[in-house]
Parts: sequence; structure tokens; C-alpha cells
Amino acid sequence: MAKKGWDEFEIGAMLRTFNGKIDDIAGTHQENRAYSENSSFVASVADWRINKPVFNKDFCIDCQFCWIYCPDVSIMSRDKKMIGVDMDHCKGCGICVEVCPTNPKSLLMFSEKADEETELAAWPAKNEEKK
Amino acid sequence: MAFDKMELQKIEVWDGNRAAAQALRQAQVDVVAAYPITPSTPIVEGYAKFLADGYIEGEYVMVESEHAAMSGCVGAAAAGGRVATATSSQGFALMVEVLYQASGMRLPIVLNVANRALAAPLNVNGDHSDMYLGRDSGWIQLDAYCPQDVYDLNFIAFKVSEDHDVRLPCMVHQDGFMTSHTAQGVHTLTDDEAYGFIGEYKPMNDMLDFEHPVTHGVQTEEDWHFEHKARQHNDLMTKVIPKIQAAFDDFEKLSGRKYNMVESYDMSDADVCVVCMGTSVETAREVATEMRAKGIKAGVVGIRVIRPIPFFEIAEALKGAKAIAALDRSSPNGAAGMLFNEIAGCLFNTDTKALLSGYVYGLGGRDLTKAHLVSLFTELQKNVDAGKVTTPLQQFIGVRGPKLSFL
Repeated sequence: MAKKGWDEFEIGAMLRTFNGKIDDIAGTHQENRAYSENSSFVASVADWRINKPVFNKDFCIDCQFCWIYCPDVSIMSRDKKMIGVDMDHCKGCGICVEVCPTNPKSLLMFSEKADEETELAAWPAKNEEKK
Repeated sequence: MAFDKMELQKIEVWDGNRAAAQALRQAQVDVVAAYPITPSTPIVEGYAKFLADGYIEGEYVMVESEHAAMSGCVGAAAAGGRVATATSSQGFALMVEVLYQASGMRLPIVLNVANRALAAPLNVNGDHSDMYLGRDSGWIQLDAYCPQDVYDLNFIAFKVSEDHDVRLPCMVHQDGFMTSHTAQGVHTLTDDEAYGFIGEYKPMNDMLDFEHPVTHGVQTEEDWHFEHKARQHNDLMTKVIPKIQAAFDDFEKLSGRKYNMVESYDMSDADVCVVCMGTSVETAREVATEMRAKGIKAGVVGIRVIRPIPFFEIAEALKGAKAIAALDRSSPNGAAGMLFNEIAGCLFNTDTKALLSGYVYGLGGRDLTKAHLVSLFTELQKNVDAGKVTTPLQQFIGVRGPKLSFL
């Protein structure tokens, strides 16, 4: 955000979410909303993440569990299809991995520095139950 | 409208609490969140009764503490309602954290404070400890000397506080018991006159405007906090006094009652004067008149607006005085009194070289008698005659035991 002087902003440390008026917010996808520069949707609030989830679409069944359980609304989904994780907002809590029901899991936690391509290539195989 | 109007007599016999409750009714306050405490209880009780009886269209929120009461007020004001509450003493102290939130968030809340001593030891009677506790909180503070003032200043408070150029919360102070429980004749406004004076509440950045969503109560760190506090201080220092003056002028046109930032009494030719607040102002005026019969040119300056401090108006009011007594009804606890310091600050760079002495009086509801003031004015005259302050700069009035003085 621009470093404005004391006389250049609205009073009360009050922030507007959108530029201008918004009519049908529920019917407008996030990418089509006129978020203001002050909205946390625009800002990255994930810089303290230590571990990150990696999404492997090959095993995903689009059950939407991760979308429902994510406490930070960081699972991106369109038309009930999982499309990935919003890494500007994900804090790396791992709840999405915990609730993922597939075998192997479609989401796994890795170090923040891990390379996504490498981890996807080395994805664990199905865990066969022993009888 | 969904509520009944009330027929009032031209003059009603009200104590300060009743006067405040009636003003809240006539202002048609939308939300009162309150945790009643002596001696302010009848204010919010009165609002609740008017609400229950159909004289107000609003909401009374019962909460679990004064901290929650002011928090409720902050929420309701941010949502976009006309909001008020009342408290005293320990309750005020518990509210302090949220008082700073309210002013920093620029929410126009009116807080009636029936001033009362702060524990320990516990005491329900009137002094100005709680008023002094709030003076750095970023609120506007108005001081009433009698029930009539309480009634009138509540309307001034809503009008100034809700002005879009101001948007700062406002306290209306009255002396616990001495004003809050002492019934006097109060000249009333009709419901239409009173509501018309304040006007319809005009929301600003309200959370219930769903087409313009806003976030209230944000966090800033070293990169933004200073700018916001500077803005708030700027608005207190430059915008509030002119708006209060305009409201006083409008109110005089409506009611014939004139209020001033600084209430000067017999000051045009006064040699000696007392500066004080609350009910003491009226006692001091009476004694000043009696002193004139004895040949001492006495005057009284009452502070009407405590924050923002009317710096130049105080200097102007005191410019002709030769000896000034600053009366503080709160223990300074290790300093000169607040009024002593404020007056010294107002006068230091002026040509006025009056002799200034400070007095601490009336703690925990101890009476300030006319006899006290007679000896005080006499002492000031001695200072004038001697050309210097002949006493210590800080003296205690009315405390038992050996004479107590410092500085």
C-alpha cells in the first residue's frame, strides 16, 4: 500500500474492501470483483508459512472436503472441481491434507522450499491394506 | 413513527440522571449497551424504561461488564446507529481500553459520566478522578455544572460528535450525586425541537452499507499508526472547537441558553479568580459575589470543554487576573494538579504574569464549603497584595489532620 501522509486517507483506520460500489457480491467470482488495494484478498498474508500443501490432481475425486474444511478459504474450486491452493492466503495448517479421503492423498504437506514438480513426480503409491 | 412523543412541562423538576435519560429519549438513540453503576444507573435505567414504554424505537443491550458495554457501543456505532451509554468510576476505568478504540475508530458515541471517586478505598461519591482518567483517550469532554447543563450538553454532544468533519465520541460529565441526584428545575425542549436540533443520524462508513463493505478495527504497525494518531489529534485540535462553538450558537438561538468553552463569571475586572469544574463552579460564583461586597474583586472561570482544551480561550479569560487558583478535584498522585498544569501551559508564553497556585479538594465527595472559598479568595488577595505567591503552590482543602501542602 502506498505510504500516504496523515491527511491523505479516510478517518478511523477504516478500510474499504472494494473500489466503488458492489452489487451482486454473492453472484460474482472472486477474480471478477473489484478488490481494493487494502483488501486482504489482494495482499499476500502467507509469508510466515513454513510447510505448504501440494495438490496432485491425478488422485483428486473433487469431494470438496478440503474446500469445506480450509479455515482460510484458500482452496480454489470452480463448478465443484478442485483447481488448486491459493498460496497468497494459505498458512500451511495442513487441515486439507488431514481431511483428504483419497488413497494416496491428493494433497500432501512439504517444506515451503520444496519443488512442486519434483514432489509430484515422487508422489507416494497407493497404500495397500494388509489383511 | 413507531413510538410515542412525550408531553413535557416547560420546566420539569429533574436531577442530572433524569435530564440525561430524557435527552437520550429525545435524541432517539438507536442502541444503548450498558452495565449500570452508581451514581449513573438511572440514566440507562431511564432509557430502558422509555424504550419499554414505547417512547423510543431502539435497542437496550444488557452486557456483562463496562468493557463489554463500550464494546457493544463501538459495534453498534460502526454498524451505523446513534449510540449512547453511561457509567461512573470503576466502570469508567474498566471502559478505558475501549474508549481509545472508539475514538481511534472515529465513532460518534455519547457517554454520560456521573463523576465518582476511584477506589481504593471504595467510594461511591463524587470527585473528578474518572473524568481525569479519560482526558488522554481522544474523546471530546464536556462538563455540566447542574442538571440543566446535563440536558443541554447532551444535545450539543450528539450534534458535534456525529458531524462528519468531527466523528469523535463525546463524554458529558456531571458530578456524581451533587448533580446526578439533585433535582432542580430544568427548562425543556419539545421532542420535535430537541430532535430537530440534533437532526437525523447520518451514517458514515457504516458496516450495514452492504454495497460498500468496510473493515473496522484494523491493525497498523510502525508504518501507519503514527499517521492515524496524528490525524485524530489534528481533528481534535482544529475541527472540534469551531463545531462546538457553532452548536452553542445554534442552541442559544433555539433555547436562549448560552454556553461557552470557558464560562467566565465577573472576570472583566477581577483581581483574584478561581478556576474549577462541576458543581464547584456554582458555589464559587456565589462566594465571588459575596467577596465583592467585602471589597475583593473576585471572579470565577469554569471549564466547559475539557478536551480539546480551549487553550487560547482560557488564556483570554485569565489575562486580566492577578492571582489565580486552580482547583483540582482529583488526587494528582505525585504531580501538580491537571488544571494547574493546563493553566500554566496556557499562560506561560503570554504577557499575563498572574500568580498561580493549585488546590486539591473534595476527594471522595468531601464538600467544598462556602467558608473554604472565602478563605481561598482571601488568600489570593494576600498574594496580590504581596506581589508573590505567599503559600506553597499546592495545598489541600478540607482534609482532616495537619495542614497539607507541597511545592
